[in-house]
Amino acid sequence: MKKIKLATVWLDGCAGCHMSLLDIDAGILTVAQKADIVYGPLVDAQEFPDEVDVTLVEGAVSSQEDLHKIQKIRQCTRTLVSLGDCAVTGNVPAMRNTIPVPKLLQRIYVEGVQENKSVPVDRVPPLLKQARPLRDYVKVDLHVPGCPPSAQAILAVVSDLLDGRNPEANAKLKFG
Amino acid sequence: MTQKKLSVRIDGELVNATEGQSILQVARAAGKYIPTLCYLEGLSSVGACRLCIVEVSGSGRLLPACTTPVQDGMSVTTNSPKLARYRRITLELLFAERNHTCSVCVSNGNCELQAMAKTLGVTSIRYPHNFPKLPVDLSHTRYVLDHNRCILCTRCVRVCAEVEGAHVWAVTARGIQSKIVSDLNQQWGEASNCTSCGKCVQACPTGALAEKGFAVEEMTKRSDHISMIAGRKGVHA
Repeated sequence: MKKIKLATVWLDGCAGCHMSLLDIDAGILTVAQKADIVYGPLVDAQEFPDEVDVTLVEGAVSSQEDLHKIQKIRQCTRTLVSLGDCAVTGNVPAMRNTIPVPKLLQRIYVEGVQENKSVPVDRVPPLLKQARPLRDYVKVDLHVPGCPPSAQAILAVVSDLLDGRNPEANAKLKFG
Repeated sequence: MTQKKLSVRIDGELVNATEGQSILQVARAAGKYIPTLCYLEGLSSVGACRLCIVEVSGSGRLLPACTTPVQDGMSVTTNSPKLARYRRITLELLFAERNHTCSVCVSNGNCELQAMAKTLGVTSIRYPHNFPKLPVDLSHTRYVLDHNRCILCTRCVRVCAEVEGAHVWAVTARGIQSKIVSDLNQQWGEASNCTSCGKCVQACPTGALAEKGFAVEEMTKRSDHISMIAGRKGVHA
């Protein structure tokens, strides 16, 4: 049987959703039997592959780089999953949304530090005006809220997707 | 004078009711589940949240169960695909309107809004989030008002007026600008009518009103106590 290509992506989030994904413990063996993890923080691939069956995206879209990534990911993915509250609602990254970006950077990098008071401009992607959920930019096939979603919830959703079932785990999901 | 006995159909089931009862009261007595957020047993009903909408035969529009009195021969549907769809839309709009960042809320895990999303199967918000800039009132010595988490259910307004009799809370402005204010739009700490009884905090379904000194997930509310106190004879101010 051909293995399913699974990717995971980390945008503006805290890695908590990936930690929760790792918390499926022995479940990862079942996943590994059915899927190849082709891209993400857990593997070494540098470029997002051209054809991926399932992509789990953690984090909000917060910078130009996030935006380019999510657009590319959408083009190359059959089933796109918003994993966790940041990807689903904006959550904590979106708490900056009422503050204008220049004021925010000034506060953090100039007023908030003792040394090297300067706003970084080189080699960091410029921030978008607001951090927003994935569905504000691309079509999302499945939402898995939670901060983070429980390991069981993630395993249930991933197992369903890998077996070609419609994920029924929604009833167990909650914001926060 | 005894109140008139009525006969109504709830989801096809024949149910006895008393004149003056709301559809919600009759349906709940018959064991039917109708979702509510702004309704709190013991307080007056205002139909603010619109989650309790039901279908009534002969009426073209959906009616709020909490404020619609039953009539003899009325036939009510409490659950249908159409109602489920509209209830989800209503709930998503509540989430989109302000900044309900559940993960960092004192009421996370003990919130009626959050629980309602789970009950209705809302896992994302189809509308763009509004992300308004709203203040947090920390001026009261014991309590906090976080406008970001307020759904304008007005339970605090009603419990303060109807049970405590202090009339501290009110709603100011219109539409999306609406917000809860204490006394004459003063900071809560300066509201001289406030008795610091905390009934508004216990009645609040979300983390909008909370006690100070609680961290994320630590605040639990006892709105059932409010209903119990309000149910006592003669307590209504």
